[in-house]
Amino acid sequence: MAVSDPTVERDAALFAPIERTGWGFYLTVGVLGLAILWGAAAYWTQFDQGLGVTGLHQPVSWGFYVTNFVFFIGISHAGTLISAILRLSKAEWRRPITRMAEVITVMVLFIGAGQILVDLGRPDRLLNVIRYGRYQSPLLWDATSISAYLTASTFYLYLPLIPDLAILRDRLGKRRFLYAVLAMGWTGTERQHKILNRAIATMAVLVIPIAVSVHTVVSFVFSMTIQPGWHSTIFGPYFVVGAIFSGIAAIIVAMAIIRRIYHFEAYLKPIHFRYLGQLLLVMTLLWFYFTFAEYLTAYYGNEPEEMKIFWAKFTGRFWPIFWAMLVLNVVVPIACLVRLRHHAIGKTVVASVAVVIGMWLERLNIIVPTLSNPRLPFPEGQYWPTWVEWGETAGSLGLFILLYVLFVKLFPIISIWEIKEGREVGLKEVEERLRTYLPDETEPEPARDRAKVLT
Amino acid sequence: MALWGMVIDLDRCTGCQACVMACKAENNVPAVGAKEANRGRTISWMHVLVEESEERTRFLPRPCLQCDDPPCTRVCPVYATYRNPEGIVAQIYARCIGCRFCMAACPYNAKYFNWLRYQQAAPGQNPDVSVRPKGVVEKCTFCHHRLQRARDRARGEGRELAPGDYVTACAETCPTRAIVFGDLSDSGSEVARLAKSPRAFRLNAELGTKPKVIYLSETEAHGRV
Repeated sequence: MAVSDPTVERDAALFAPIERTGWGFYLTVGVLGLAILWGAAAYWTQFDQGLGVTGLHQPVSWGFYVTNFVFFIGISHAGTLISAILRLSKAEWRRPITRMAEVITVMVLFIGAGQILVDLGRPDRLLNVIRYGRYQSPLLWDATSISAYLTASTFYLYLPLIPDLAILRDRLGKRRFLYAVLAMGWTGTERQHKILNRAIATMAVLVIPIAVSVHTVVSFVFSMTIQPGWHSTIFGPYFVVGAIFSGIAAIIVAMAIIRRIYHFEAYLKPIHFRYLGQLLLVMTLLWFYFTFAEYLTAYYGNEPEEMKIFWAKFTGRFWPIFWAMLVLNVVVPIACLVRLRHHAIGKTVVASVAVVIGMWLERLNIIVPTLSNPRLPFPEGQYWPTWVEWGETAGSLGLFILLYVLFVKLFPIISIWEIKEGREVGLKEVEERLRTYLPDETEPEPARDRAKVLT
Repeated sequence: MALWGMVIDLDRCTGCQACVMACKAENNVPAVGAKEANRGRTISWMHVLVEESEERTRFLPRPCLQCDDPPCTRVCPVYATYRNPEGIVAQIYARCIGCRFCMAACPYNAKYFNWLRYQQAAPGQNPDVSVRPKGVVEKCTFCHHRLQRARDRARGEGRELAPGDYVTACAETCPTRAIVFGDLSDSGSEVARLAKSPRAFRLNAELGTKPKVIYLSETEAHGRV
């Protein structure tokens, strides 16, 4: 019973990815499948023989996997957090963006948490974390925070999806059972809308502190030790800022790709890119501020152990990583983002790709140089990743993109009902809200009399 | 209760590596092979650090320092490493999940990882020490199995554990007697007396880890305290 609701038909373009599947989709899945296969082969080799097949050693016992963990968990801050903030601040331009942002969070959290499993020497003993869990260890804090975040953001993704699932159930011929079950009997009554809106608002408030806690405790894995370069009080906020920074960049990249492939030019306009680009610029400056404070404190204090790592990054073996990080995270974004009047999409995309790579380098740059320079006179560690780490990284990225692509294939990546709501309710609401900001017109107070009293 | 500790006299150390070899034989520490050693994966619970300068070469034997406030046990997510009541920092190989957080946290790099399966149980190994599987962290335990054995023997003979009953392999083997082992809480013991020497210092004492391996600094007198 394909009901043709004229208000929904207007957004027919949004159903296109679900209704039609072109050769591009299969090609993408094939390419991603190859990356995942490479990753699976890498992990199988490692599972079979041990972590010795990687480039890890004494003293650099953490490398790509922990970098990927911090990086992917950082990317997860894109979605839910940005979406929650935009919803709570009633930013009307959020409507086409929130869903694609929230999906990033949910998908990438699986990949991020999975990195820890890959990093374990004994993945078969993972459940020891529950059986003998020791809450004094920051790793347990991570486990708690990340599972809370995964749960909350899954709900936060699911709730606004319900009305769209009902639309799919009524409109689409295929997979009706799936959509019917997931839509949970949504009919769009006023009561249902009221409950849904309240639930979304509650989750939006709830999810913000959880998101902040996630990358704070991720940073605690490093800052709770007494290692030079790690033992820093600003690591919590520094990591959160970096996470939001890389997260926004990830959203912009995802938006640009989806816009290009599915021709959502009418929905994702240059203005959306410009606003997110401005947000990215703010985060660039904030990230630079934290980085500057962190390194200046180390340099000025001039403690020998800190300085060993400081120089290793500035002029020593890690200079290419360090300076590439600064160029990609500061120079490129600022150059691209200060003027966004023209070519907003191209510029924000260039800046975002730079930031995503730059933030990955930042994570590597925090982990490896510190471990490479032990306090005692050991020889300096020389960490070179092998094909296993590269494969695992490619496979993880591939799996993340595949999960995202499959989501786009099954569910509307732009919230249909929220776009509709924007047209029908949002416009009026904004006008009314704007009116409340302005001086009241109903009660014209004689200004002259008041002025007299005051003087 | 005893508080096991060690004093290492740097004046007496000749860097002969006898302690290193004794430790490897005693604790079934695997020889990882040349290829793995080149990759920086040598396992050496007792490691002689060498510092070379123009005037002279200095040696610093470094077992696990058995901190009283160990940074490694603090971060373990599964109680696989802990400080036992007698002050020895233990590692439960059967529980360790191999996250290597303790390795990242140890400021002395005293923890080692089994990157591959380096050995299997075989004749000729010390039957008192378990052979570690791949994927777990291992470390110096002050030859803890020797303490258990000494206790059993003392109990069998119906007496208390006497000083000298329990000594680590490295201390036992050191030809210059640079390594002295014993009970730090027994004020009459040699190790407790040496620990109070004006030459005594602790590695990176400023970190607050309170190591129970105490070093005696070099002097012009060369070992004559």
